[in-house]
Amino acid sequence: MPHGTFARFIWPSFLAMILFIALPIVSVAMQSFFVEHEQVMREVENCGPFKCTTVLQVDLEATEALKADAPLGRYNGLGTYTNRGHLAFDEVSEIWAGADSFGNFIAGVYNLPFYKALFFTLAYTFVVTPLVIVFGLLIALGVNRLPRVTKGPTIFASLLPMIVTPLIGGLILFWMVDADGIIGATLQIIFDDPDLSLKASAPLTWIMLMVYGVWHSTPFAFVVFYAGLQTVPSDTLEAAKIDGASRFQQVRYVIVPYMMPLLVFITLMQLMDNFRVLEPIVSFSAEAKARSLSWIIYNDLSGQDKLFGSAAATSMLTILGVAILLTPVLIKTWRDFNRRAV
Amino acid sequence: MSIITRLTVASTALGMTAGVAFADCPVTSGSVRILANDFPALHAVVDNAEACVGEGAEFSKNHSTKHNEIQVAALTANPAEYTTKIVANSSIVPLLNDGLIRPLDDLVAKHGQNLQPNQLIRIDGKIMAIAFMANAQHLIVRQDILDQVGKEVPTSYEEVLDVAEAIRAAGIMEYPFAMLTKSDWNLGEEVVNMYLGHGGEFFKPGTAEVSINNEQGVATLNMLKSLMEYSNPDFLTYNTGAVTPLWESGELAMAVLWGSSVGGLIDDEGSTPEIVAATKPAGAMTVAGGATPASSLWWDGFTIASNISDEDAEATFIAMVNGISDDMVMANNDKAVWLMDSYTPGLAAEGVAAAASAGANPYPMLPYMGLLHSAFFQEVPDFLQGNESAEQTLADIEAAYTAAAKEQGFLK
Repeated sequence: MPHGTFARFIWPSFLAMILFIALPIVSVAMQSFFVEHEQVMREVENCGPFKCTTVLQVDLEATEALKADAPLGRYNGLGTYTNRGHLAFDEVSEIWAGADSFGNFIAGVYNLPFYKALFFTLAYTFVVTPLVIVFGLLIALGVNRLPRVTKGPTIFASLLPMIVTPLIGGLILFWMVDADGIIGATLQIIFDDPDLSLKASAPLTWIMLMVYGVWHSTPFAFVVFYAGLQTVPSDTLEAAKIDGASRFQQVRYVIVPYMMPLLVFITLMQLMDNFRVLEPIVSFSAEAKARSLSWIIYNDLSGQDKLFGSAAATSMLTILGVAILLTPVLIKTWRDFNRRAV
Repeated sequence: MSIITRLTVASTALGMTAGVAFADCPVTSGSVRILANDFPALHAVVDNAEACVGEGAEFSKNHSTKHNEIQVAALTANPAEYTTKIVANSSIVPLLNDGLIRPLDDLVAKHGQNLQPNQLIRIDGKIMAIAFMANAQHLIVRQDILDQVGKEVPTSYEEVLDVAEAIRAAGIMEYPFAMLTKSDWNLGEEVVNMYLGHGGEFFKPGTAEVSINNEQGVATLNMLKSLMEYSNPDFLTYNTGAVTPLWESGELAMAVLWGSSVGGLIDDEGSTPEIVAATKPAGAMTVAGGATPASSLWWDGFTIASNISDEDAEATFIAMVNGISDDMVMANNDKAVWLMDSYTPGLAAEGVAAAASAGANPYPMLPYMGLLHSAFFQEVPDFLQGNESAEQTLADIEAAYTAAAKEQGFLK
């Protein structure tokens, strides 16, 4: 394609990407280098219905003047990135100096909010992503073998978890796994333990969140694989059958290699999606047991005191995390692309 | 129905039923736009304010439980999205910090003759809000179950432990106790209450430097942990919405809840007559032999936005004063603990009244208190789940608060 045609063809999406993706990210990055102005405070007497107290209150005029001088706030450089709420360099080196064993060091680092969230986020990503791919493929293979009449309804039913809004789906499951809910009560009977509560124990909460993640994302993988299955060349499959390939061997040596690009695509999407897990944590009220990077951002921005700088820094670190996760997959795709081009 | 006809109907209805409560009512010009939390007492106030808005004036309202999240943005706009925000002693702080609400001295002098002196919230000598109801957390008990185990109504948290053990030992309930311990704002409030009960100071006097890593802090955390032994293991998901159904279905014998929830527990909905009859509000409890109740007092009141015209401010003030009129109080007596004179305290109010008369402290109205509150609920779950020591948790709270306070400019 001539470069001119290409440019004319691409510029609307290019413009949209700059406006809606690049600029917001630049703005967030800017925000992460700034913190609020120093609050000028003075003692005042406050009287309420119950009693009067002398307290510190923000001196409006003085603080306003500071804000008018520099609307972005105080420049803090990478200070927000390295404070305790984020990468916590000082704290980590202190823990390193004070720890008498490697286990102690890990426990100390795990106590810091960012690393704790990072650990859960990575665990969630690396458990949910492969399971989603495996289940998606199995369901697609299964549905593909169904008789034509039952195919439509089955596909529709399999897509349901993806159609339900994540927050709502999470809330529905939250009440079902309650000790009085249908799943919670059934589990208590199965394990013969009247105190069994999925919400009370940290490992069970993690498992519950991951099961939810697999339940919610599998339909996506299924749909993509199912579409891919329709294009698998039947002559290759027939040739494999004539050569005596079993059903498993057909899948392993014909279908999976043929659908490799799709698999890479789903892996990319799932790594990105799972790395920013948030909704199940909110709807399962699981904040006490499991926090993700996105939850930290959400927590910084909700409530009445909003920590914009902190949220921006966590956002940038999340983007960095996604980039690191995707690098191996992208390198592989790039190599394949080049090989094909030759 | 268009807005105009609706307003006409509303004002006619007012004329027919309640009579005109104030000479200023109805307001016929300006605009009244209300942002408020979403619970029955505030519905009553806002509906009465609406009744005062006559033809020629505009009215709109937004009841939302997320009111605190939008208030600063909504009032920063010029003109402000809302002319009044109904606040509590913590949610007024961000508005004060940014100068988004105006002093009300002139308006009070002009239209506030019926207000009680204790309703006027003065900050640095200026009236910034008009309080109309009080709230506090206190104990609620099932008298029938206490009778079964032969125990008195607890007056301290130590007695709660004792009674809870007796109920468990008698095989009545495994988990007889609950409080609002969901690991969000709710848990932070319980830590604040318990720490106040231990007589603790949150900050070094005259500074924004936190000082909770002390004996009272350790005692606070340990008491919470002991109490949670008698609360269902799901306690970290318990907010008002989770605990009230448990109470109404008879699964709890003692609970610490907001005074404003009691009305819903003793009405004839959602529960059996036996449970309702046995549900008794008790006072706020002390802890560790202290004299001050381990509970904080809250008020709800209305403020007027800065970024609006004086005409709108006056219209809004008149409407809101009508919203908290004696007629409203008499018609909604049991929905809240009203601060107005016409209020007759009923059963639902006993707990809050007891907490106030026992000298409970108001929730600290400090610009940086919200940051400490967040640090509490982010770090305390680790301790309650037995993952770390009380000292470690307190150190974590201080570190988390300090990082946030530095970012917000309260600490250097």
